[in-house]
Amino acid sequence: MFISPDEITQTVRMIQEEHLDIRTVTLGINLLDCVTGDIKTTSEKIYDKICRTGSRLVPVCKSIEKEMGIPIINKRIAVTPVSLLVGNVCLEDCVMIARSLEKAAEDIGVNFIGGYTALVHKGYTNGDKSLVKSIPQALNETKRVCSSVNVATTKAGINMDAIRDMGILIKKAAELSKETGGSACARLVVFANAPEDNPFMAGAFHGIGEPECVINVGVSGPGVVKSAIEKVRDKDFTVLAETIKKTAFKITRMGQLIAQEASRNLGVPFGIVDLSLAPTPAIGDSVARILEEMGLECCGAHGTTTALAILNDAVKKGGTMASSHVGGLSGAFIPVSEDEGMINAVSMGALSLEKLEAMTCVCSVGLDMIVVPGDTPASTISAIIADEIAIGVVNNKTTAVRIIPAPGRKVRDVVDFGGLLGRGPVMKVNPFGSEKFIDRGGRIPAPIQSLRN
Amino acid sequence: MTKAVLTVIGIDRVGITARISTCLAEANINILDISQTIMQNIFTMVMLVDLSKSTKDIDVITEELNKISAELGLNTQLQHVDVFNSMHRI
Repeated sequence: MFISPDEITQTVRMIQEEHLDIRTVTLGINLLDCVTGDIKTTSEKIYDKICRTGSRLVPVCKSIEKEMGIPIINKRIAVTPVSLLVGNVCLEDCVMIARSLEKAAEDIGVNFIGGYTALVHKGYTNGDKSLVKSIPQALNETKRVCSSVNVATTKAGINMDAIRDMGILIKKAAELSKETGGSACARLVVFANAPEDNPFMAGAFHGIGEPECVINVGVSGPGVVKSAIEKVRDKDFTVLAETIKKTAFKITRMGQLIAQEASRNLGVPFGIVDLSLAPTPAIGDSVARILEEMGLECCGAHGTTTALAILNDAVKKGGTMASSHVGGLSGAFIPVSEDEGMINAVSMGALSLEKLEAMTCVCSVGLDMIVVPGDTPASTISAIIADEIAIGVVNNKTTAVRIIPAPGRKVRDVVDFGGLLGRGPVMKVNPFGSEKFIDRGGRIPAPIQSLRN
Repeated sequence: MTKAVLTVIGIDRVGITARISTCLAEANINILDISQTIMQNIFTMVMLVDLSKSTKDIDVITEELNKISAELGLNTQLQHVDVFNSMHRI
């Protein structure tokens, strides 16, 4: 046989027992041509274009799933940042566009639509201002719309005014959705160096350098990596890194195959495969458990940052050769509420916010799906964001914050968001204030690393 | 889909190969290669099949195979050959 039965059963086992799947096939759609002078007409055009371009996404993915026998968990849409489509409009007008996005997403059967986004790393345009202000209401009135705000880049520096505003808006979004533990914040990401081709939610949007439409794919497979390294328990780090690399290659090949098939069937160009290892709250699909398998008693113990650095680097090395175009975020994700091992580590008291911040220096993306007490001041949330953003800006990488100040909840409470968003234990926040620091406002100059010409 | 790999895993018992091959034959699916092992009473069969002249839709075949699997306590998976080519061959 052209491929040995052992290899075949290995693949089948990866899918059936180790949760190998395609996490998302995301269709990026340009909406710039939907802009008209009138916001109502614009939102109708947006709805029509998304439905027209995206109508075959779900059926095509389902047929590929059947043919290849690999589950495609999410089918999603990313659109041009909405702040580019609106001018100096009122808050209610922006929310009208959010409703159009929601309806389009619902009608074509995708679970998330990303792009309720503003890129404000150097300052606000009138459109940015309107959109950012409308985020809490837009998220509260929709279920599928995902929002992101890019507040910094290595090239432009950090927009501290925007960071201050985001602290306030995140609190407001949490308050509006307090019945569900502040779940609206789970669809809001604050970025530094946001990639234009990221297929993962909640931070996906269709960047302005992208073609008319494009297919980007995100793979998954923490379970596969964990099983692979279980077999090299007593070996040294060279063997460990090599094993992860080989496994990442195999996982990514599946992503590349699905991306090509989706691209061919939809007649839409293939963009990138995102190499991120994306966990889920399911047992056996956790990034934290990989780190523990390397020899740590619990994720968060000293050594965790090193373990994550090894994982992140080996995944990229293996994945790069497996795909013709790699992009998006491409690194291990460490969302707390979406990873069974991370949830456990926080509950055991092994993993703190400070340790997570350190971990984000060596992986993508940042402080992701962190639940903090509802009475955390807005300025403290802004300061948490600022710290994370500074890491991204100085290290020339993407970082992000997705934080949920759960109204009425205290440290050690657990907030259940359901589905892929999982459940998050409320984490302790440093009680000392940062208010005066955040109140300064203005822009932090771009670091010296930005001057590369 | 033209060529596909059918994997059948389960507790060994009489008639597994017969039932599966009959199902394929009824749909005019040709078996190009077959490999079969039994390790610790676990039956593993891997077939390379040609679907180009199949008289039935892939959905129907998968459903029929699932029915046989449920009856005999097996786990079957029909997948395009590209899945394995991509993963194991550069």
